[in-house]
Amino acid sequence: MATIFPPEEEQIIELDVRTDEMLVSMGPQHPSTHGVLRLVLRTDGEVVSEVTPHLGYLHRCAEKIGENVTPIQFIPYTDRMDYLSGMNMNLGYSLAVEKLCGLTDKIPEKAQVIRVIVCELNRIASHLVGIGAYGLDLGTFSPFLYAFREREMILDLFEEVCGARLTYSYVTIGGVHDDLPEGWLERCSKFLDWFEPRLEEYHTLLTRNSIFIKRTAGIGVLPRDMAVAYGCTGPMLRGSLNREKGDPPWDLRKIEPYCGYEQYDFEIPIPPFREAPVEAVIGDAWHRFYVRMKEMEQSARIVRQALRKYETARGAHRIEPPRHLPPGEAYVETECPRGQMGFYVVGRPTKESVPLRVRARSSSFCNLSVTHEICRGCLIADVPAIVGSIDIVMGEVDR
Amino acid sequence: MPIAPSEVKWIDERTLSPWDWLYLPALWEGLSTTVRHMFSKKVTIEFPEQRPSVPPHYKGVHRLNRDEQGRVRCVACYLCATACPAHCIDIVAAPSPWPDREKYPELFVIDELRCIYCGMCEEACPVDAIELTTLYDLTGFSREEMLFDKEKLLAVYDYTVNKGTDAIRTLRGTLGPASEILEQQSAPLPNT
Repeated sequence: MATIFPPEEEQIIELDVRTDEMLVSMGPQHPSTHGVLRLVLRTDGEVVSEVTPHLGYLHRCAEKIGENVTPIQFIPYTDRMDYLSGMNMNLGYSLAVEKLCGLTDKIPEKAQVIRVIVCELNRIASHLVGIGAYGLDLGTFSPFLYAFREREMILDLFEEVCGARLTYSYVTIGGVHDDLPEGWLERCSKFLDWFEPRLEEYHTLLTRNSIFIKRTAGIGVLPRDMAVAYGCTGPMLRGSLNREKGDPPWDLRKIEPYCGYEQYDFEIPIPPFREAPVEAVIGDAWHRFYVRMKEMEQSARIVRQALRKYETARGAHRIEPPRHLPPGEAYVETECPRGQMGFYVVGRPTKESVPLRVRARSSSFCNLSVTHEICRGCLIADVPAIVGSIDIVMGEVDR
Repeated sequence: MPIAPSEVKWIDERTLSPWDWLYLPALWEGLSTTVRHMFSKKVTIEFPEQRPSVPPHYKGVHRLNRDEQGRVRCVACYLCATACPAHCIDIVAAPSPWPDREKYPELFVIDELRCIYCGMCEEACPVDAIELTTLYDLTGFSREEMLFDKEKLLAVYDYTVNKGTDAIRTLRGTLGPASEILEQQSAPLPNT
């Protein structure tokens, strides 16, 4: 469902001033393009008629490197793909290699629970950056600082677990690197107690703020069919779904559970939302933003359950990884904060420690490919609002 | 993909009530949130004066451990250099002058600029010779300066041990982290 404001107003704007067509290059050093994305806008006055994203400024041949290093050595490279959710990236590649080696059922319960805890915490951290930076794009600074304060607490927790703040290399093939340190569970649940009431602040400053609603509601409407046709996933797709029309809550954690996600009780938030302002239509920037807000609540819920489960979890935190990869191929998709991240690993015909081919299916790349469709006909000022709502990480787009 | 006319929903902008039109309630709601934060506890620290406390197994600058007699513990087995994903460790082995081992590193150079601090060398080491310390503010004026050789890495060991920031985590004779896993896991290893 798309929204267009009544035509007579638009005509008045069009007839008022005479403008020429102009090409405007936005980025790659533009603060609101989230990294090194370059958008070439064909504008006519204030109206954008065409948007062409130019990619590749952050291309680091990650897939080719994967063919030259052992799977464990490739884990640090996956950290650098989506650098805001390193744990989820580590997990995706680890699951793919484990599937290739036939280890999927042998991962101990304790390792699975730790993986769920760190991945969901990382999802919260990643969404916090997403919504904080989105507020920054639209001109509000406070939520960004508050979001980073909360994220910093999650990073402190991760630092205790794995000794790094951004490139964790924590989830690895066969389990996780270390067991959780002493007293970590209490600190983690203390953080959740602190964090959950804070979400209301973001609702006050962003969700219900009338300026924010004016900047996001009805902007960049992505119809469901278009989202599916372009392969959009994650909050980008879920913001366009409609529960009342019978759309499934598309989330791989529910549809193809991995790491024991089927044992957790959580919901996949999809529109329509009761809290939606009247101007918002399903599939617009506001809904994508709100889906992220709701997902943080659910992630906190999963972490709480996982913390309880950890106390009774059996097994070690890691099993010995295989020395050689068997021939064959494996493809695993996981639900990352930005959508479905897929890893494809092919083993060499002779048993060797390095794979023949590594391929990463990046969710941000597919989400970004829809930009030219949803930006067509919008105002220049809306382009940052739309691109920000896609929540891309260029490290993952270019790999 | 063109949008069918039936799919288009015409909406009118919300008309604000006179009270809302003043924007006072919205202003109050937002400002009260931000002002409340002005009186809450500060979460930032003044960095160079105040130091953040980092956990003991933080992955910072490397060090080469000494054994009880003050010799370098490394046996030049090349496991760390092999495990390193960034290929930043260079070792030149030589026959050991001591009777308890065959080889020792004549040269042991870590390129700290190339290192990605993933901790795989530490994990691979069978004799717990290489460790990552909690030193995180590593700076230098030249690339050559950032090539840490054996003497410098041993000096990092002396510095951190004297300062008491990094205890020696493992001692000779006890098993390293990799072997602890094998102990815990009574089930046989999967076929590889």
